[in-house]
Amino acid sequence: MVYLTRIEHFNAAHRLYNPNWTDEQNEQVFGKCANQNWHGHNYELLVTIRGEADPDTGFFFDVKQLSQLIHTHVIDALDHKNLNLDVPFLKGKMCSTENLAIAIWDRLAPHLPAGVALHCVKLYETPRIYVEYFGN
Amino acid sequence: MSEKKVAVYRREHFNAAHRLYNADWSFEQNQTVFGKCNNPNFHGHNYELIVKVTGVPDVKTGYVMDMKHLSDLIQEQVVEKFDHKNLNLDTDAFKTLNPTAENIAIVIYDLLLPHIPQQNDLQVRLYETPRNFVEYPAS
Repeated sequence: MVYLTRIEHFNAAHRLYNPNWTDEQNEQVFGKCANQNWHGHNYELLVTIRGEADPDTGFFFDVKQLSQLIHTHVIDALDHKNLNLDVPFLKGKMCSTENLAIAIWDRLAPHLPAGVALHCVKLYETPRIYVEYFGN
Repeated sequence: MSEKKVAVYRREHFNAAHRLYNADWSFEQNQTVFGKCNNPNFHGHNYELIVKVTGVPDVKTGYVMDMKHLSDLIQEQVVEKFDHKNLNLDTDAFKTLNPTAENIAIVIYDLLLPHIPQQNDLQVRLYETPRNFVEYPAS
């Protein structure tokens, strides 16, 4: 079994805010991340897939194809966007890094062919903060 | 007495939303020039700021400038104003000025300069992304 990782990146605005709470509650829980005029990040995305190397090619999935999948289903939807306002698949969700990683997993998993398993979505919100999601 | 100049650097960071556009232009013109950076709902960055102060180390302290003092200065003058803010909407500096990395670096320089000892030189390097950065003044 081999693990292959592709690194991509996108820049986006967001706000951490629960619409069912008062501004004061949001401020208390999310602090400056609740700023009503948004703030933003350079997100760094690492997508790891798992499979057995093909004896003829030496690899199990074309990494260029993986990059295109990530661009088509994730980056094009998120890059230079407002995560709360501009992204249909995040509508109604809290735009935390945790939820974003889960949403990215759900966008990618259906597009991988048989024999290629999604192993991990690792998402850096800042160079010092990241989350990992393994699909369960 | 030594007159050897030394450069000292302090790295800080802030996260902010912004939009690049010229209010005098149509949406289409802005789209042509600024592309996806013109998104009306903004986008954002992790800005990485490196402040460089150059001077001769003080004979009594050995310091060009006390780094704790420099850090406090950057926090007060820059980070508290810009961190987790919308540069276009939440800051005085970019009410009318386009918040490009170039302009942000100039604004940061102007905010810091009055607080830097006169015998020292100041330079600001600002990373908008790990791959895009600017310096002011240009050297």
